[in-house]
Order: sequence, then structure tokens, then C-alpha cells
Amino acid sequence: MAVTGVFMSAVADTHAQDHHHGPAKGISRWLLTTNHKDIGTMYLIFSFAMFLLGGTMAMVIRAELFQPGLQIVQPEFFNQMTTMHGLIMVFGAVMPAFVGLANWMIPLMIGAPDMALPRMNNWSFWLLPCAFLILVSTLFMEGGAPNFGWTFYAPLSTTYGPPSTTFFIFAVHIMGISSIMGAINVIATILNLRAPGMTLMKMPLFVWTWLITAFLLIAVMPVLAGVVTMMLMDINFGTSFFDASGGGDPVLFQHVFWFFGHPEVYIMILPAFGAVSHIIPAFSRKPLFGYASMVYAVGAIALLSFVVWAHHMFTVGIPIVGQLFFMYATMLIAVPTGVKVFNWVATMFRGSLTFEAPMLFAVAFVILFTIGGFSGLMLAIAPADFQYHDTYFVVAHFHYVLVPGAIFGIFASAYFWLPKWTGHMYDETLAKTHFWLSFIGMNLAFFPMHFLGLAGMPRRIPDYALQFADFNMVSSVGAFMFGATQLLFLLIVIKCIKGGKKAAAQPWDGAEGLEWTVPSPAPYHTFATPPEVK
Amino acid sequence: MRVHAQRAGALLGGLMFPAWSMADWTLNMTPGVTGTSNEIFSLHMTILWICVVIGVVVFGVMFWSIFAHRKSQGAKPANFHENTLVEILWTIIPFVILVVMAIPATATLVDMYDTTESEVDIKVTGYQWKWQYEYINEDFGYFSNLSTPREQIENRQAKGENYLLEVDNPLVIPVGKKVRFLLTANDVIHSWWVPDFGVKKDAIPGFINETWTRVDKPGIYRGQCTELCGKDHGFMPVVVEAVPEEEYNAWVAEKKEAAERERQLTQKDWTMAELMERGEKAYQTACAACHQPDGSGAPPAFPALKGSPIATQDMAAHIDIVVNGKAGTSMQAFGNQLSEVDLAAVITYERNAWGNNTGEMVTPKEIFDYKNQQ
Repeated sequence: MAVTGVFMSAVADTHAQDHHHGPAKGISRWLLTTNHKDIGTMYLIFSFAMFLLGGTMAMVIRAELFQPGLQIVQPEFFNQMTTMHGLIMVFGAVMPAFVGLANWMIPLMIGAPDMALPRMNNWSFWLLPCAFLILVSTLFMEGGAPNFGWTFYAPLSTTYGPPSTTFFIFAVHIMGISSIMGAINVIATILNLRAPGMTLMKMPLFVWTWLITAFLLIAVMPVLAGVVTMMLMDINFGTSFFDASGGGDPVLFQHVFWFFGHPEVYIMILPAFGAVSHIIPAFSRKPLFGYASMVYAVGAIALLSFVVWAHHMFTVGIPIVGQLFFMYATMLIAVPTGVKVFNWVATMFRGSLTFEAPMLFAVAFVILFTIGGFSGLMLAIAPADFQYHDTYFVVAHFHYVLVPGAIFGIFASAYFWLPKWTGHMYDETLAKTHFWLSFIGMNLAFFPMHFLGLAGMPRRIPDYALQFADFNMVSSVGAFMFGATQLLFLLIVIKCIKGGKKAAAQPWDGAEGLEWTVPSPAPYHTFATPPEVK
Repeated sequence: MRVHAQRAGALLGGLMFPAWSMADWTLNMTPGVTGTSNEIFSLHMTILWICVVIGVVVFGVMFWSIFAHRKSQGAKPANFHENTLVEILWTIIPFVILVVMAIPATATLVDMYDTTESEVDIKVTGYQWKWQYEYINEDFGYFSNLSTPREQIENRQAKGENYLLEVDNPLVIPVGKKVRFLLTANDVIHSWWVPDFGVKKDAIPGFINETWTRVDKPGIYRGQCTELCGKDHGFMPVVVEAVPEEEYNAWVAEKKEAAERERQLTQKDWTMAELMERGEKAYQTACAACHQPDGSGAPPAFPALKGSPIATQDMAAHIDIVVNGKAGTSMQAFGNQLSEVDLAAVITYERNAWGNNTGEMVTPKEIFDYKNQQ
């Protein structure tokens, strides 16, 4: 930095030697920025764009499933839609949104001037649009986009995959590099740049959950990279990792994939746990109940997440001892998860509650995520899983943990911190409308899926038997409602950026933390001198 | 508050009641017709009620807080934020509940894994997109294809009662006997599921999985493939007919006889017209899903046959690709899937249908010789 500074001043003498200057002008501000706030903003915008794209695909799926029979798309394209919807939502919408929140909030929460590795930060963001450009371009290739589900089980994705599979693999590799660099940055920032006095057990929970999430990312993204590399070899270089006729094993794919895949689902939920642990105390005007147990619970969940992967594979024929081990381990996860829910409820108990949009989303998060947790507990019971597995019951389960879990967590965070980001209060009436329409639409879309699954409807089918018709129609109506409502969020955010009531440095009565000690909007550079934490 | 609760109850009841009175709005899992499916059902209901009770308690406290501890109601916040005793309690109590739950689940699982002492053994092979059933001890087998007409799927005809859950040849099993299934697949992973039996197991290429059932009530039971297996994953149902033992024995005898007749047909002298007629039928069940009923295909994955070099030029190449498949593509080896008669008929049909008027035909005997030379 210093060298660059000297060089710059030699070239342009008039340029002030002031490190507190504002952002550069024009497009180069965004291309070349190393500012954590700019990069956080870009992550959030990118994530929302992907959310709309993945959502559009969900609308195609629900439109086709509105009635029995094939009406709108053919099965080939339907499979491409389910696959791309899953991939885009997981890797393009949810994960980058949390990285965006981490970029914005972690330095502000720990009193750091920026992320520890700002140039790498820029690179990890700009890799993402490249990866998704490649992934989305497969839709226009001969043979179509990947059509084997977001879990891309071999040999459907290898021997029987479309020609575009190799592009898909390349895109996953790039996303993986981006995620790993993002995670390294988060860890380096949290471990090195905390304000004096902020010991680990004084860190805000969002910082704690992100620290643990980052370790999960570093542990499992290379495993994902490994499994797609094995696919690449099988497809293009004649190996037989997953081909039984060459001595390989299709089930090996599933073991490796889910060793990545199960921690991945916690990667998508732990940062939301953290954010909600700030929002509920703020709007209850009461400190978080059981801070230490919250930290330990997140740690326990993260550790357990490495020994439960085969619960996704109860029907592949693993030996009974394995079956029992994975059943018990999976059931155990309910304990720390339960502790977290109990703590949130205890925080609300005897508080002084108000229900602004962040709190509405956070309360809905607790209730609906718990429902998703209950169905998860049911799925953990291995014998019962033989009936639930690969049906709409599973689809209902993971949408209950991901939509009101991850996505409501992101909305709650966005409304909570928008005043800090923009310097304006958002329109509360519109935000509440956004919440209620999302809440009703989401439940209408996903609750009937429990019934469909229990009645015997398999997932990933473009057409279904007549007894599933009624609930599918209800579900589609709910999905259209949920989908359309999200445009309202876009409107609210744009409105908030453009203007609105001026936000105070501390716009919420009960909120605590260093981020509220800086003015709203947060200046381009904050905490040039670290604050003192008592 | 009581008034509110009553109103909410009445509203909820009003919303739910019509749903209960309509048969199509199935809410719950089927208890099924086997010991396994009944045990699974009772596990499912137990864990469901446990969840409901926990939910009522947790959400009860939460809704009470939302109702009574609102700032607008003048609530002043308390300041407690730690209590080691309750943390320990709400760690241990759920743990105990889980242990209680794990015991019956373990017992059921052990029972489900016991495939010994079976009386009938059936090999189930998943194909894109059909099932093959082979009666290992009886020396015959057959394919089971979706029988719902294309017209119903494409909404040109009213949909039948068992839309997408009907097949040409159902699996037939005797009631009251332990039937063991050996599952594998020919191409990608499939999964064989009959909800009424509580049986679901993946069919994996290159591996053999085992599972079993014992059905006591005669009837027709329907299920589907539950592992995404490509384009027509939603169109490969499982239909099982459980029949009394005598009826089953008679059916087996008849099947064995039919298999013998089929073998003799190979020796018959076939005319072009006969082959074309049989070929059209065989083409519609075995080939049309990919190459389309009019031979136009769905390139690039599924090439057109109409006017293609394979179907109009060298006959030997045509026989080779149908019998042996094409490695690295979706084109399967049909040599073991179809009889010599059907192979000859399909190849003849493909060479003469849709304007591929080569005028050439191949007889079942020639196919038989071709396969023997390999």
C-alpha cells in the first residue's frame, strides 16, 4: 500500500496523501474496488439478481406442475429447470448473500478498517459472475443445460450427462475457488483485526457463526472440487471412478458429494442463525439469552455436520451398522439446534417486543425453521425415511429450512442493516406488506408439499398422477404469490437508497454492537483507529 | 383473549373442514398392507406427535411472549440472559426423547434388513425408463412399461383413473409369502418404490441391493421410480399385483409356456408384413421414448432414425447398434432386452417406416445366428 501511495504521489503530485478519500468514479470503482462495503454491496446485488433468475426457473417448474399432463415444457427442459434452480439458489443466491453480509458487517462489528485481504476480496467477488455466466450459458448449448438435478448423481451426470456437463464442472470449480478465498478472508479478518478488548467470547454472534461457517467452507469446498474433478476425468479422460463396468462405484459419488453436501446446508443456515441472534434481542429490548450456549451449539452443529452425510443415502443399501450410526448421529443434531431455538424464545420471553420488518422476518424464521427442523427429525428416523426419501416431503423439508431459514434470515438482516448502509429508513408499510405476502405465499407453496410427499409423489417429476392434482395447484398459486412478492423487495430497497427518513446512527432502540457507533450511512472508511471494547 | 381463541379456532376449522371431506386431499402417509409399512407408519405417527407436542410448548411460550410482552402493551424488558440449569435441562430432555425414539426405529430397521428365508426371489432391473422383472427360480422374465397413452399425457384425451400409474405387464407376487427382491440397474441409478409395502430401494448399475416384502392382502399396488433417472423419470411406474397362491402358480405356468412359445417363434418363417406389424408395436414400447414415434428423434442426445444412415444404409451396422448399443451414449444394448423376433421386427420396421423404404428385412433366425457368432 505504502509503495503504491508513493508511486501515485510521484505521478500525480496534486493528489492528496489522504487515506480517507472517497470512492473512485465510474465503473472502475466497482471493477477495481478493495473496499469491503463496495464489495459487500456487489455481492448482495449479484445474489439478488441470481435469486430472481433462480426464482424464474422455479416459476417455470410450478407452472408446469399447476395441472397434471405436459403443458408448458417438455421433460428434458423441466429437468434442466430443476437442476439450474437448485444450483443457482444454493451457489448463486444464498451463499453470495451471506458473503455480502459478511463483507459489510464483519469489519463494522469487530471494529476493523476493512477485510484483512482486500485485493483477494475483489477477486473472489469477480470470479462469481464469470462462473455463473458459464453456468447459465449452458442453457443455450446444444443438448441443453445440466439436467441431472443439483445433486448431479453419477452415472446420470457422467456417462449419460449432456455435452455441457464439462462447462458445469468448470463453473463449479470457479465458484469453489471464490468461496474458499472468501472464507480465508473472513477467518483472517476475524482472527487478526478485532478491536482491542474484543475477546473471542465477546464477539457478536454473527461474527462467531461466520467464523465457523468459514471453516466449514474451507473443509468441504475442496471435496466438492474433488468430486467434480473425478467426474471430469470419467467424462473426458477415460477413468472409471463412478462407472461400475470399469471397476468404479456409483455410490462413491454420493458419499463424496454428501460429505460436501451436508456441511453445505449448515453453511447456508449458520450465518442466518447469527443474524437472527442480533435481531431478536434488538426488538425484544433484552440481551440474548445464553450467549455462550449459542456459541457452543453452533460449534456442535458444525462438528456433527461432518458425520451425518449418509442420511441422504438411507436407500442406497449401506450396511445396517452404517445405517444405525448415521441415524443416531443425525438425531443428535436436534439437540444443539433445539438449544438455539429455546434460547431465542427465552430471549423474547419477558422482553418489550415491537414488530418492525426485521423482527417479523426473524420471528417467522424461528417458527418456520423449527417446522423444517421437525420434518428433518422425522427424516432422520431411517425406517421412516424409506417412505419419505426422494418424495415431495423432502422437498417441503429443505424448502422450509432454506426459504424461511436462509432467505428470511437474509431479508431480516437486510431490513435490519439497510438504515446503516443507505442512511435512510426503508418504507415500513411496504416492508411489512413484503413480509406478510412472502409469509403467506411461502407457506401456501411449501406446506402442501408435505402432504404430497406423504401421499406418495416423488420429487423431480414433470407430470403426476391425478390424486396429487389439488395440492399441486395450491402449491403453484403460493409459489407465484411468493415469487411476485420479491419484486416488491427490489422496489423497497431502491426507494430506500434514493431517499426516505434520515436514519440515526442507532436507528433501533435495542440494537447493540460497534456497527451502530458509526454514522448512518456508514462512511466509506470506518474504524481507521480501532475502537476500545470493554 | 378467550374470544380471540374461539374465533381463531372457528376460522381454522372452517378452512380445514372441507379439506377433510374430500378424498383427493390426502394428508398423511399410507399405513400400507405389510408388517413393515405398518411399523413405519406407527414410527411416523409417533415422531409426528412428539414434534407436535414440542411445537405446542415452544410456540406456546413464544406466542405468549408476542401477545403479552409487547412494548405497545407497556411491557418493560426483564434483564435475565443466562441460566445454566435451564440450558442443561433443555439439552438433556430432548436427548432422552431422542433415545426413546431411537429404540423402536432400530428394531424396525433390523427387521427391514432381514432378507433371509425368502420363498420367492425376483430380480428387478431398472432401465431408462422401464422395469424388468426376472423370476430367478422359474426361468422367465419380462419388461414392465408405462401404458398410459401419449395422448393423455399431452392432454389430447381425458386422463384415466390410474394416469401414469399403469403398466402393460405388472409384477405378480403371491400373497402370504416372503418375496425377496434383488435390485440392480442397467444404465443409471433408479429406485423401486411401492408405498403400500414400505419398500424403497435404489437400483444401482453394477451392484445388487436386496429388500423384501410379505403381502397378506390381495390387490393391485402402485408406486413409482423415485431416483431421478433422466428424461422419463416421471414415466416409469411400478405396479404390483398380489394374488392368491393358486392363481400365482397358474400364472407362472402360463408365463413359462409363453416364454417357450416365444422361443419357437424364432424358427418360424416371417413375412415382411408380419415383421412390420410386430415391429411397430415393439418400436413403440422400446424405442419411441427417445427416437419418437415418428422416428424424428430429439437430437443431439437422441438422433433421428428417419432418413438416417444407420437405418437406410449398411444392415450389419444397424443390427450391431440395436443388439449391442453404443458405448458412452444413451443407446442401450437391446440384445438381452428384446427377443430375437422383436429385434428382427424392430430393425425391419425402422428400415421401412417413415419413408425409409429400403425394402430390406431381417429374420429372427438371422438375428439368432448373429448373436451366436459374437
